[in-house]
Formats: sequence, structure tokens, C-alpha cells
Amino acid sequence: MRSPFDLSFRLKIPLWGSLLIVVTTLAISASMMVQAYNDVRSDLVSSASSLGGTLARTLFPVMLRDDVWQATEIIRASLHGGLESNVLRPELVFVLDREQKVFISSQPQSIPLLADIRQSGEEYRRLVNWLATNSEPAVRSLELAKFHRIYVTTPIVDTGAYLGTLVTVHSKDALLSRFYSVAWRGMGIGLVVLAILLPINWFWGRRTAVPMVQLTNSIVDVTRGRVTPLPPQNYTHRDELGDLFEAYEIMVEFLQDRARLEQGMIRAERLAAIGRLSAGIAHEINNPLGGMLVALNNFRRRNGQDERALATVSMIERGLHQIHEIVNAMLVEAKGKARDFAPQDVEDIHQLLASETRKHQVTLQIDSNIERPVPLRATLVRQILMNLTLNAIQASDRSGEVRCTIHLAGDQLMLHTENAGKAIPPEVVDHLFEPFIGNKESGHGLGLWIVYQIVQQQNGRIHAESSDGLTQFTVTLPLGDAA
Amino acid sequence: MRNHPATNRPIKPVFRLIALPRGNHHVDLRTFFARFIFILAVLITVSATDAAEGVGTVRIGLTPTIPNDQYRVIEEWRLYMERELERPVEFVWRNSYIETMDLLRVNKLDYAWICDYPFVYFKGQVKLLAVPLYQGRPYYQSYLIVPATDDQTTSIDQLRGKMFAYADPYSNTGYLTPRYLLAQSGEDPDHFFSKTFFTFSHRKVMEAVALGAAQGGAVSSHVWDTLLKTTPELAQGTRVVSKSPEYGFPPLVARPSVSETEFRTMQKLLLKMMASEEGQSLLRRLNIDGFIAGEPSLYDRVDQMMQVVGKK
Repeated sequence: MRSPFDLSFRLKIPLWGSLLIVVTTLAISASMMVQAYNDVRSDLVSSASSLGGTLARTLFPVMLRDDVWQATEIIRASLHGGLESNVLRPELVFVLDREQKVFISSQPQSIPLLADIRQSGEEYRRLVNWLATNSEPAVRSLELAKFHRIYVTTPIVDTGAYLGTLVTVHSKDALLSRFYSVAWRGMGIGLVVLAILLPINWFWGRRTAVPMVQLTNSIVDVTRGRVTPLPPQNYTHRDELGDLFEAYEIMVEFLQDRARLEQGMIRAERLAAIGRLSAGIAHEINNPLGGMLVALNNFRRRNGQDERALATVSMIERGLHQIHEIVNAMLVEAKGKARDFAPQDVEDIHQLLASETRKHQVTLQIDSNIERPVPLRATLVRQILMNLTLNAIQASDRSGEVRCTIHLAGDQLMLHTENAGKAIPPEVVDHLFEPFIGNKESGHGLGLWIVYQIVQQQNGRIHAESSDGLTQFTVTLPLGDAA
Repeated sequence: MRNHPATNRPIKPVFRLIALPRGNHHVDLRTFFARFIFILAVLITVSATDAAEGVGTVRIGLTPTIPNDQYRVIEEWRLYMERELERPVEFVWRNSYIETMDLLRVNKLDYAWICDYPFVYFKGQVKLLAVPLYQGRPYYQSYLIVPATDDQTTSIDQLRGKMFAYADPYSNTGYLTPRYLLAQSGEDPDHFFSKTFFTFSHRKVMEAVALGAAQGGAVSSHVWDTLLKTTPELAQGTRVVSKSPEYGFPPLVARPSVSETEFRTMQKLLLKMMASEEGQSLLRRLNIDGFIAGEPSLYDRVDQMMQVVGKK
């Protein structure tokens, strides 16, 4: 069993709020009820006291004359009139003489006249004992909870002459029934207050808790290595929670950037290692390969070889040339005549790729703002443009359009290709610039590898993006010194 | 002055208008003259009243003999009398018989409806005007009543040491009769009960007994029977234990100084009420059947009882 303190905020905030509202409502209702009870009771006592005072004054001369019946009529009059449910009306009235004997009673059947009141039951014994505790004649009230009654006693006294005591007895049932009617009303109001406050509290509690819970779940995901941006939510307030959301977004961006950076570094190192390895291998292969090609050439020049041997040699020679080609391709080296990349080179590329565009029925559009030679080695830039554009043409949909942009901006040259077509599969993207990667039926799989190597050597950057049927490559090369 | 033992109330003598100077030579002349003028004024006033007799207001005293507080029917009776007599009529209510008797004796009233006991008690001081007929006869009884919850008591002897409610010290059925009964049994009526009290009304005796404030009481049969019809819940709160022999019904009396003519006029009015429809309707509502001239001998039994119990 979960402790209630371990519950989700989604439940805890509304629950605690509801609990507080209920407790507060109950506390206020209870205090109002106690107040109402005390008010009703003090009303009763004060009204009984004033009734007692009036009756006692009227009774004095009557009692002095020992006029039992007139006295009885006086006290009976106080029991009638008014509404049937009048709380303030006494239930029983009697008069005790100086010896605590009943002089008159509104209910002679239960409180017989002339008898000692103490014989009428325990409550009256207690009443008489209590009366004896005060020698000063004054209006007083006594509540005997056991008997559900309130007794108000008034001395029948005039100019210091004491004749007896008037006792008005009030039932607490009538008092309670009036109190209950007040209490019911109070409870009704309390319920209305709860009916208004509880849904408000529930709504507000959830509104606060749900974003917090989302945030918590997202942060827990981060600790498990899954950095996910928050699902869209409509918490727009500029309070601490709003600040927290903003901080989280910033943190997620930071973490994603760092992850991207790490990934890029790992890829670059891997490519550098591959580059070093392949360059080393290529050098090692190139030396014996050169020797073998020279030896085969010498062997052919010698006369007297039969036709079959020559054919075999020729076949070996072709194989070795192919190996040489591949090894040379891997060995991306600055070679050839050093000259700057010029507007003419853009024209050349157009010419060189014309047959390929025709073959794939693709429109090639080259945008260039090069108007004079750019201080970059023309062969390298041509190689990059050729490889990227060729790839784009080959990957493009039939009748598609391939765009190539050559843009000189400030101290760098930007080369950009884009084509519509199948996106590069995600599993390929991470290894895009490694040799022999790619899903092309033709080519040796070294095109992007060569581009990457050239860009690295020229301290440039390359970026590939492939999504939604659009594949783009962007190369940025810093301008070097003029050739 | 006599004191009535039951009420301790002095019975007032007829006014002594003035103490005439008798051989008192110290009274100066001016004082004497002033007194002479005063007497003259009184004499003139008295003769003026005498001269106005037959045209002034007729004043009739009423006592709690009337069973129910029937103010409405009494008012209609008054209007009826005014029409018949062609004179203003005033009813004067008093709570006790003695007050009404006092008013009669000082000529503040012309007539009164009193009880048979005061009629006998003050024999010679009032003149019998008419006797009501109840159930066709000029008689009624005293009922000894106990609370309805008491189903044990069968006679007054069983009420020893209890609270007892009397109607009025000048009531026969509500005072004299139970005391006579006790005296007949050899009891002392003053000490037989633990406590007694007067309610000054037969109806209130019934209320006191029904409530239980008294364990016994005595009432007029006329009042009890009438209330059984008009206010049954009150009468049913009591139980009639025993009924006395019949007594002459509480009479209407006149002060002796009423002139013969006026007396006859008033008597005739009462006696002929039975004859008219309006009169019958009033009588019915007063729960009596009519009036007869009656004889003082109707009340001889009360006189005998009074002799036994004593005038107290």
C-alpha cells in the first residue's frame, strides 16, 4: 500500500486541497453551530428571566393573600399564547414556598401542591440543593443535562420580604429542535460552499499538477538517456512553473546540441582513422603495384610470346589498372596543375554532366555567382561539384530537377546540391562519408568519401540532410591564397 | 362591623353621611354652616334622583352565577331589556357575591342575580324579584366533583387531607353544601381538608379540579351541565361524585328601596320572556327555561343548612 504522501501530485494536490476545504468548512460550520446553540440558549434564559421577573412581581401580592387559584391562573397564562412551537415558552412552572413546598404548579398531577418538591424526583432534589447554594435572592439558571431541562429560578420578593421561589422549567428538546433547524440551514450553506469550492480546487489542482507531472516524466527520461522535448502544453503563465518549463526547454536544446556535437566528433575521428588507414594501405599497395605494372609492360615488349600468354598478361594488366585506379581514388591527393577555380570550370561541369543528365532524364540547373577566379584549387572544387552533382542526378526521380548552387560569400565558397527523390536511409546517414557505403548499383562507392577527404584537407565543412524526399548537401570552403 | 370569617373582609355599613353636631358647643358656627349646606346639597340630590326614578339607568349586578363567560348573550339581553323598559340598562359585573351584595345594599345597584346562599344570608336586606326555571323547575343542585383521573372517590369523606376548591364564600352549591355535608358526618369543615381555596367562579372550580390543583370541588349543577354542552373538554376533565338534594335556583333580587311600580315592571319583563321568540332565544342561550315570581320558602333548605354550619 502506498503512503498517501507518495501519491502523484495529480491526486495529491486536489486531494489535499479538498481535505483543507472540507476541514475548513466543517470547522467554520461547527463554530457557527456552537454560536447558534449558545445564542438560542441565552435567548431562552434571558426571556425566561424576564418572564420570571414579571410573574414574580405579579405573584407576590397573590401569594401574600394565599390565593392559590389566582396564582395558578397567573402561571398558567404564561404557558399559553404564542405559537405551539415557541421555544421560549416554559414546559412547567411552579412556585415553592419558603419551606420548598409546592405552593402552586402548572402540572399539579406531577408536581402535587403542598408536597415537598424534593419528593418529586432526583432532578428536583438537585434543584433544591443548588438553590440552597446561593443565599442572595437573584434570578439564576441551572441546566441539568441528564434531564434535558433548563431551570430558571426567580425569587418572589418585595421590599426585602421573601415569600418563595418561582421556577420555570424549559425543555431542551424545543431548544434543540430550533438549534437543529439552524444547524440544517448551516449545513446546507456548507454543502453549497463545498459544491462550489471543490470543483474549482480540483480543476486548479490538476491544472498545476499535470504539467509538473509531464515535466517530471520528461526529466526522468533525460536521466535514462532519452532527451525528448516536452509535448505541447498550454501552460502559459510566467510563474515558477512557467520558468521551469522554459529552463527545461533550454536544457533539452543544450543536451541535444551536445549529443549532436559528440556524434559529429566521433564520426570525424572515425573518418580520419579510416582515411589514415586507407592512405597507408594505398601507399603500400601502390609501390608493388607500380613494380608489377612495369614488369608486365617489359614482359609484353619481349618478343616470342604466344597469343594466349599475351591475352592473360593483358587481363592481369587491366585488373592491376583497376586496382591502381581505386587506390588512387582513395588517396585523395592534391595533384595536377595548381590553378584557381574559375567561371569556366562551372561551364565544364555542365558539359561533362550533360550525357548523364540526358541518361536520367533530369534537368540540371546550376546557379553560380562566380565571375572571376576564386583562390581555391580548381581540380578539388571540380571534383567536389562533380561527385555531389553526379550523386544527385543518380538519386533523383525521373524527370526531376537537380539544383546546384555555387555561391561566393565573403571569404568562403558555398557549394550546394539538392534533388528530389528517395531519402537516404537513416542507417546509412551515420556512415555516409565512409568508403564503399552507398546503395548505388554503379560506381565504386568512393564519391562521398573523396568529397569528404577534400573538404577536410581544405579545412571546410560538409553537411548532409535528407528528409521528406529532398536530399541536400552543403559544402563550405574557406578561400585560400591565390594560386 | 362584622368580619366574614372566610374572607376576612369587613362588611361595610350603609354610609353615615354626616355626623350631626349633638351638644358639642365647641364646634364653631362656620363649620356647622358648611355642614348644613352640604346636607342641603345631598338632600336636593337625593330628591332629584327620586324624581328621576323611572327614567334613569337601570343597574343590574351580575355574579359568576352566569355559567359560561357569555358576554355576547348578556349584551343582547341588555339591549332586549332597554327596548322593553325604554330606559338605559347597565350590567355591573363583580367577581364575588359579596361585592355585588355590597353594591346592592348601598343602592349602587337596582337588581342583581345572586346565589341562593347570600339571599338567605342577607334575608330582609333584598327582595326576591324572580326565580329562573331550569329544566322546567326552579331548582338546581350541588355537584361534588373530582378530577376525571380519580376513579376511586365515591364520597366527600374520602377527600380528607386533600386540596379542595370552593367557588365563593357566599355560594351555596360551591361552599355551603360541601361544608354542610362534612358537618353532617361530624367533621370540622375548617380542618377536614389540608388546604382550601376560593376560585370565585364555578367554572374555575371545574378548571382547578380538572387541572389537579385541587383533588375535589363543589359546583352548581347548572354551571356543570351547561359547560358539558358548551365546553365538554372542561366538564369531562372532572367527574361528578355525588349530587346534593335540590335547592332553589339562584334568584334575581331587588334592593328594597326600588319602587313598587318599577319592581313590577322589571318582574313582568322577566316573566314574559318565555312568551316571545326573542326572549326564548335569549333564555335558551342562558341555558334556563324562563322565570317565575317564586317564593322565599324555596330557599328554606339553605336556611336550615346555614343554621347547622353556622354563618361563616
